[in-house]
Amino acid sequence: MTSLAKLFRATAFRLTLAILGLSAVGAGLVLGIVAWQVVKLVDEETSQTIEAEANGLAEQYEQGGIRKLGLVIEARSREPGATLYLLTNAAGEPLAGNIGQLPAGALDKVGFIDTPYQALDGTTHDRRALARIFALPSGFHLLVGHDLGDRARIGAVMVKAMAVSLIFFAGLAALGALFVARRVLSRIDAMNSSAHAIMAGDLAQRLPVSGSGDELDRLALGLNQMLARIGDLMAGLREVSDNIAHDLRTPLTRLRNHAEEALRADREKPEYKIALERTIEESDGLIRIFDALLMIARAEAGADRAGMSEIDVGAVVSGVAELYEPVVEEKGFHLTIDAAPGLKLIGNRELIGQAIANLIDNALKYGAAGVGSNNEVIVAARREGADVMIEVADHGPGVADADRARVFDRFVRLESARSRPGSGLGLSLAAAVARMHGGTVRLEDNAPGLRVLVALPAPKANA
Amino acid sequence: MRILIIEDDRDAAAYLVKAFREAGHIIDHAADGLTGYDLAHEGGYDVAIVDRMLPKMDGLSLIGALRAQKNETPVLILSALGQVDDRVKGLRAGGDDYLAKPYAFSELLARVEALARRRPKGAPEETVYRLGDLMLDRLSHKVTRAGEEIVLQPREFRLLEYLMQNAGKVVTRTMLLEHVWDYHFDPQTNVIDVHVSRLRAKIDRDFDAPMLQTVRGSGYMIRDVAR
Repeated sequence: MTSLAKLFRATAFRLTLAILGLSAVGAGLVLGIVAWQVVKLVDEETSQTIEAEANGLAEQYEQGGIRKLGLVIEARSREPGATLYLLTNAAGEPLAGNIGQLPAGALDKVGFIDTPYQALDGTTHDRRALARIFALPSGFHLLVGHDLGDRARIGAVMVKAMAVSLIFFAGLAALGALFVARRVLSRIDAMNSSAHAIMAGDLAQRLPVSGSGDELDRLALGLNQMLARIGDLMAGLREVSDNIAHDLRTPLTRLRNHAEEALRADREKPEYKIALERTIEESDGLIRIFDALLMIARAEAGADRAGMSEIDVGAVVSGVAELYEPVVEEKGFHLTIDAAPGLKLIGNRELIGQAIANLIDNALKYGAAGVGSNNEVIVAARREGADVMIEVADHGPGVADADRARVFDRFVRLESARSRPGSGLGLSLAAAVARMHGGTVRLEDNAPGLRVLVALPAPKANA
Repeated sequence: MRILIIEDDRDAAAYLVKAFREAGHIIDHAADGLTGYDLAHEGGYDVAIVDRMLPKMDGLSLIGALRAQKNETPVLILSALGQVDDRVKGLRAGGDDYLAKPYAFSELLARVEALARRRPKGAPEETVYRLGDLMLDRLSHKVTRAGEEIVLQPREFRLLEYLMQNAGKVVTRTMLLEHVWDYHFDPQTNVIDVHVSRLRAKIDRDFDAPMLQTVRGSGYMIRDVAR
């Protein structure tokens, strides 16, 4: 595409042309109205002059009859000016005046007429006049008129003004359109080339912002924010896949080691059996990690509403707590369940159940206060403002402030937990489930211990 | 019993056929959806195991077509899609049970056997389960052993009820979690084991012949050892 064709196809160019075209029409309209008003005014003044002249002549006629009238007209016709006179007898022959020729029958109508005429000064071209015709007794007719040359000249001036302004507008339109289109186009071209650079893989590139704060700048800023968000997500994704690759290596290595060890030398049958059992155990562990990751991914994608239904959070909380009760007690904890009834919301019972299970499991793993102390796990559900709040608390060592944000990341396990079994996915899943339901998870100091609070927004009708 | 396996992966199918034959079952195998549908439609199977992604006709459509023909053969869906919502879709399509790949064969076997034992629709429900000197009354919620009443918590009662429903057969931990607690998630720790050992303490401790047995690598089984 040539640059001129491109220019012409630019929206800015077309828009500018359209606007200037419209204003040209507007200017023409204004000039037209002015011209029309001026002509009207001239006509009014002309007819007033004719009226006054006619009144004067009427006086003369009353004083001296048709003779006097003829003489006066004869005299006045000789005076320079634009006033026209014509007196005719019953036969239509001119007796006095300065009009040479009129269209046939022009004198038959009484009153104002707008008519062409020829002057008596030797010229033969048609002129125009506004005239009043009076019928006098005995078939005489009197015409008093005024030449309309002034009016025509004013009209001509107006037409010329219109033509000139149209040409002026057209020129201005073309120039303006060219300027705007060039300016806008060059910026859009710059944005486009940035976009292509980004598509080509330079993800750090951003769209240019001119700093004027106009629409294009706002668009560029919005797109840049979007790019930054995408960049964050991609960085997060890369981190997660790095983590996955790294954290799956450990169990895979163990799995491979067991198999290799069994093969290394001749062994007794029970030894093979043990090795195979350990292999299966490791692969089951891997499957669980995959399942947890998939579950997190699904919960984060959020969109699938297949598993959503109205659930009673209190019932889910006490159900899961009750499922864990024997284990909790076996591990030397006291379990306190405090779940209010009727905490209804639309949610995924399985995922919320899994999240609570993960939190209780964490409390059991990391929430022990020590021998002889108050080992307690509190599982509660209640309404708090607009939210349904699920709480799982313990009296263990807790989580330091500095680590509280980090523990939600996938595969993150604090130093103190490294030696114990676990994938580091439990809290990530709980957080993903909360996010999927439009809620949040936060960690608080239980003084002593850790309190995990899952806030899920409840439908308003329940309040 | 007669089992129909519809699975397109040749290795997976061969493994299943061999393992089920070793467990003493009669197996037919179909490698695609249409053949599978024809076989299932002829009837005579106690259970059908259907892969979800099959050539020619996918698993869910196959089950839908069978159900539309009033064929009520119990179907277990075997699928690589193992998330909660996948499972919901599978059961809504007319499947009776759902197992995600990869699975433990013991789990699959236990589930298939439990499916085949299902009471046909419309058959009267037993109100009292008896196993040796152990008796469970589903209406009065009473459990007695050798005439002595055993007091159980509501959940323990349902646990025993499910075990006795499947008396003499292996019941896995996930089956218990699904049927007694109605959860399909991963409980992380041995929650079920502790529940079972509590129940065992109540029904077996004061008696010579323990009925509730742990089946290593699979799950649990309740049976009358006295006989």
